[in-house]
Amino acid sequence: MKLNGSQILIEALLEQGADTIFGYPGGAVLNIYDELYKNSDRITHIMSAHEQGAAHAADGFARATGKVGVVLATSGPGATNLVTGIATAYMDSVPMVAITGNVGTAAIGRDSFQEVYIAGITMPITKHNFVVRHVEDLADTVRLAFEIAMSGRPGPVLIDIPKDVTAAECEYEPKPAVQPRPLPEINMDDIQKLADMINESERPTIYFGGGIISSGASEALKQLMHKAEIPACHAMMGIGALDKKDPLNLGMIGMHGWVSAGRAADKADLLIALGTRFSDRVATKMTEFASTAKVVQVDIDNSEIDKNIPTTFSITGDARRVLEAVLPLIKENKHTAWLEQIATWKERMDYRPVDNDEVIRPHQLMRAIDEAIGPEDIVATDVGQHQMWAAQFTGRRMPHTFLSSGGLGTMGYGYGAAVGAQVACPDKKVVHVTGDGSFHMNLNEICTAVSYKLPIVTVVTNNEVLGMVRQWQTSFYGKRYSSTDPHRQTDYVKLAEAFGATGYRCRTIGEFRDAMAKALQSDGPVIIDAIIDKDERVLPFIPAGQTIRNVIID
Amino acid sequence: MEKYIVAALVRNHSGVLARVSSLFGRRGFNIDSLTVSPTMDEDISRITLVTIGDEYTLEQILKQMKKLEECISVVHIDEEEAHCRELVLVKIHGDQTVQETVREICEVYGAGILTAMNDTIIVRKNGTPSDVDTFLSVLSNYDVVESSRTGITAMYKDEKSI
Repeated sequence: MKLNGSQILIEALLEQGADTIFGYPGGAVLNIYDELYKNSDRITHIMSAHEQGAAHAADGFARATGKVGVVLATSGPGATNLVTGIATAYMDSVPMVAITGNVGTAAIGRDSFQEVYIAGITMPITKHNFVVRHVEDLADTVRLAFEIAMSGRPGPVLIDIPKDVTAAECEYEPKPAVQPRPLPEINMDDIQKLADMINESERPTIYFGGGIISSGASEALKQLMHKAEIPACHAMMGIGALDKKDPLNLGMIGMHGWVSAGRAADKADLLIALGTRFSDRVATKMTEFASTAKVVQVDIDNSEIDKNIPTTFSITGDARRVLEAVLPLIKENKHTAWLEQIATWKERMDYRPVDNDEVIRPHQLMRAIDEAIGPEDIVATDVGQHQMWAAQFTGRRMPHTFLSSGGLGTMGYGYGAAVGAQVACPDKKVVHVTGDGSFHMNLNEICTAVSYKLPIVTVVTNNEVLGMVRQWQTSFYGKRYSSTDPHRQTDYVKLAEAFGATGYRCRTIGEFRDAMAKALQSDGPVIIDAIIDKDERVLPFIPAGQTIRNVIID
Repeated sequence: MEKYIVAALVRNHSGVLARVSSLFGRRGFNIDSLTVSPTMDEDISRITLVTIGDEYTLEQILKQMKKLEECISVVHIDEEEAHCRELVLVKIHGDQTVQETVREICEVYGAGILTAMNDTIIVRKNGTPSDVDTFLSVLSNYDVVESSRTGITAMYKDEKSI
């Protein structure tokens, strides 16, 4: 059947099961939006306040579901506004297809109105990108884009479509949804070697990351840990892959991770890295990280092997497949002495913040959020101190329930991500944990939540300063608070009301619990202004370039 | 720091060279020279590049290039195991006396004369990178107006192909 480019785009998206997309209209995508209008019963379009919000929403949708998120924007500024969102998804290996309109093919290269070479701009932040110059190539390009986005190590792919291509017609033939490409073959000799190393180890520690979530390896990981009695710590990206209450779960490692977890990696004789990449926020000093351990790395992306930390042995493969293959070869084992040693570190060295019911202390705030929601509910964060407190104390227990910008550290990520997650999971509670700094970056998206009646609860950990930068200034810059104390006068309750949302303000943990309970009953977005002291710090804290042996805990 | 020759087959699409150079730029890899042209199969181009770095950098280059969607294969070619050739064109300013000397040099070094004018001569030399280096260092004693060097192209000496 003969269709125009815009119709083909819609059909090709629906072929892939992408029935919900996020975006913002504009001149170059008018034809596409006309088809979205005509097909509104088949495909849902969520319009954001700003394209960046739409990109983060597609990302949040993908993280909350494991499916490919789709974002659509117009040419020029519409396309460049996606850049931060695409880079965020790229750094955290989130499957996403970004579609941009462009000026007509005849106008390309002439610095036309709203023309930008978005394929060039996004080259280093996408797995691949396309400029579709002929309508005949459009359907297969969309299919290939989905295939690339979801295959191997997932990531974003961009498709740039000139306006004339969205109007041109050609034959369209429906095809079934594409499948991810085959995973790397499992070599049983490698699996045996991995099993031998694990079986021989006296002080093994697992260190895992987001790869456990994206490969669906949570169950296999748990089985390995319990069969051989191996404790596990994780990068921030691994939050939720393992129940925080699992006694072998040591929690987060890294710059703001638990001292006991850092020690368990530092003193292990075998560190088993699964679906993780030894970022500088985990291996704060790469030359000394896990210095006494043999390091084994399993990752789907071969280029991550030996990139930051040299390994003794490695397997390029899907974490779930590798774990399932190695499980039968693993001896049932006990590491009693090792676990006792770690328990001693926990007891003696782990940071224990003190409760104070007269004010709101961050750890109490995060625990109160955690207690107010269920295990399947979702926490989306922004970036800064509140993000680390949320990582430490809301500690989720199921995959896909903690959405946070790990690699890029994007302030302003959270609200968009929460919108995407709430659209994807209308039956779950979505709590957006933010700080007053991050929230100011993209709080315009409140209007999106109001328009679509998304009951997102935003908790603003409000210390009136840019707390994380300020914390560094406190520790390393002689308390010279350069541009971290902006004296803003924003009234978050009025702000919420101005947008048509509901706002609460609280100054004690009791007030917060009450506000949270009311907020979770609301059928629209709620903003809770939770006032905390500006001198609250994120602890523990390993200064950049130092090791767990130089950790600051008070 | 070592010089490494990297050869790759890539899809002959617009932008593929930009993808490779963007990758090098982003990761801080050096490009000493780079040649690219279509192969006998016009859908596929061959890139030969020379990079300066250590073994870690070389390994990362190979792994990162392999991840490019349009990269079909990429290998490190050991200079010892390969024919490596370059071409250089040199334009030299000089009267007939100078040109006569240049002609003699060309004869000694197996180079050719492309054009001779009243006060300018253009010569060509192909050979191994060190042959070309030597030739250029001899010519540096003359008034070289411009020179253009292709960079290395390389192929395994034995039956292996990339």
